[in-house]
Amino acid sequence: MLSPRISQLAIIGVATGIFSGLFGVGGGIVLVPMLVLWVGIDERHAAATSLLAIAIAASAGAGAQVIYGNVHFLAALTVGIPAVGGVLIGTWLQQRIPVAMAQLLFSGLLLVVAVMVVVE
Amino acid sequence: MAIIIGVAAGVLSGLFGIGGGILLVPALALLLDLDHVDAEATSLLAIIPVAAVGAWRQKRYGNLDVRSGLAIGAVAAVAALAGVALVNALPVELVRYAFAGVMLYVAWRMAASAIKQLQAEPDSTGSPSN
Repeated sequence: MLSPRISQLAIIGVATGIFSGLFGVGGGIVLVPMLVLWVGIDERHAAATSLLAIAIAASAGAGAQVIYGNVHFLAALTVGIPAVGGVLIGTWLQQRIPVAMAQLLFSGLLLVVAVMVVVE
Repeated sequence: MAIIIGVAAGVLSGLFGIGGGILLVPALALLLDLDHVDAEATSLLAIIPVAAVGAWRQKRYGNLDVRSGLAIGAVAAVAALAGVALVNALPVELVRYAFAGVMLYVAWRMAASAIKQLQAEPDSTGSPSN
């Protein structure tokens, strides 16, 4: 498996974190394209690595937000539990579509996000 | 409705390796009536089990580079603090349009690279690689 160099890991981590803090996004939307286009990892492996990184970064962010008193626990459970079910479906599905097709769909997702950010 | 959006966010998360905040934040704000800051904060908490379960499934599928994921996540957690400081110092409009511009550029690069792969391997069945 292709693995990023230490310098690439550091730069990707910094870029992901800054984007995430700057725009209030999870960071996967920045992380996955960097792994695919720069490191040369395929969409499937990039998504896997991204999910682990997000779990860690989100834990730190959520911890801080709990201290600030901004977290609504019941609301988090209401969307979080169905989302855990959804991620099982999503990862299952991802193994069954061609890697390049997943990448093409990802590019469509980026377009939607770009429009959402401007229209919002 | 919130449950349906939750499932959809999870599917996107698994399919693309994102957190799902793109759907969760608006869902929490509009459907469960949280203000924007609280919606983002709550979304972060909801994302943790989603991303963790997704990463675990990907490990089982043999796609996860644990070392890289841990390193990027740790660096990103610290760098996010810089991002939060920056967003409070920069004009909001500039930040939004810069973000949209970067997303459009990356979308074009990802699509071009995907189409090149599809043309190189038109019969790709999507069987797990390596």
